[in-house]
Amino acid sequence: MKAIADLFTIVAVVAGAFFFIAGTVGLLRFPDTFTRLHALTKADNLGLGLVVVGLLPQMDGVLAGLKLILVWLMVLLASATVSQLIARAVRRGGPKP
Amino acid sequence: MTEALTLALVGLLMALAVWTLVARDTFAAVAGFVPYGLLLTLAWLQLRAVDVAMTEAAIGAGLTGVLLIAAASRLRSTEAPAWAERPGVLTRVLAAIVSAAVAAAVGAGVLLLPDPAPTLAPAVAQNIASTGVGNPITAVLMSFRAMDTLLEAIVLLLGLVGIWSLAPDRFWGGRPGPAPTEDPNGILGYLARVLPPIGIVVGVYILWVGADHPGGKFQGATVLAAMWLLVMLAGLSDAPAVDRRWVRIALAGGPAVFIAIGLLGAGVAGAFLGYPEGLAKPLIVVVEAALLPSLAVTLALLLAGPPRREGGGK
Repeated sequence: MKAIADLFTIVAVVAGAFFFIAGTVGLLRFPDTFTRLHALTKADNLGLGLVVVGLLPQMDGVLAGLKLILVWLMVLLASATVSQLIARAVRRGGPKP
Repeated sequence: MTEALTLALVGLLMALAVWTLVARDTFAAVAGFVPYGLLLTLAWLQLRAVDVAMTEAAIGAGLTGVLLIAAASRLRSTEAPAWAERPGVLTRVLAAIVSAAVAAAVGAGVLLLPDPAPTLAPAVAQNIASTGVGNPITAVLMSFRAMDTLLEAIVLLLGLVGIWSLAPDRFWGGRPGPAPTEDPNGILGYLARVLPPIGIVVGVYILWVGADHPGGKFQGATVLAAMWLLVMLAGLSDAPAVDRRWVRIALAGGPAVFIAIGLLGAGVAGAFLGYPEGLAKPLIVVVEAALLPSLAVTLALLLAGPPRREGGGK
């Protein structure tokens, strides 16, 4: 049982890391701010979600697992808000994309 | 495996430190400084100092990062003249050599410590029962070295007065920050309505759990200050004029309670900030509960900056 949990954790965390790498590649290679924001928010949030799901079997207790999920939800909230604000600032004629 | 992780962490830290130094644009340097603080948090966790890691994340990376970003944006117009006035290559190389020598000396000092290193941890472990708290960090901060904590709180207050003194004469006692122009129903307003309830619970919880687990009032106060700053930034509430009586009372209340309890200790327990027998835990709780709002208001006003607008009457 422990072996299955560990395997699941490894697979999910590696998948999450892959999405993080994809998001970073997007940040480095995409041409302008809007596409970079898209890469960062979509890929990084999915990556974080996979990491959190992968770590859930390692937590001892339901409460600790719920705390992890709460952290993921708050990161979702914060990154969604910040990406909207950045996009709005750029569209209003802020720093050139 | 942990060795590889630690080496990677140290390598990243050094790379970010070098980036912060050589980045041309101040904003780019600050953008490297904030992840440097977060990686330092991971380094503290590797050293199993969880309290310090939380304080580093909250104040070192978070608060200082915001302060530096605000400073960088204010200094944007002076970037070019400042770059033109940089000292010559020789001075910079000399500075680099001296800095590296100091770093090497500090590193040697740490690495050449006798094994086991001299420490007061056993003495703390022996006497921790008298304080009534379970977390040795809290016991040291609030009981054995309470004087340092009191002085920290007062230093923050003095720093705030220093920042206020940067206000132009005609705005003395006015409101910090620009007038709120953000749409209170926009996306930032939404975040400022959803996040503060969660943030307040988290901040007070961090204070409460600091008695027996990693936590404490500084980290909790930073979370509360961040929530108030979010509300101010979103335009849901204006920054208070700094000559309002409630602001002054909120700022001075925490340290005043701390000093009063210290004087009580001088009378009853024989030493300033000594706690009477058996009353240690309740007194510590009272001090922390009084310091939390004071620290939160202090930190939020530190970030709001010097008054830049009229206060609008008493």
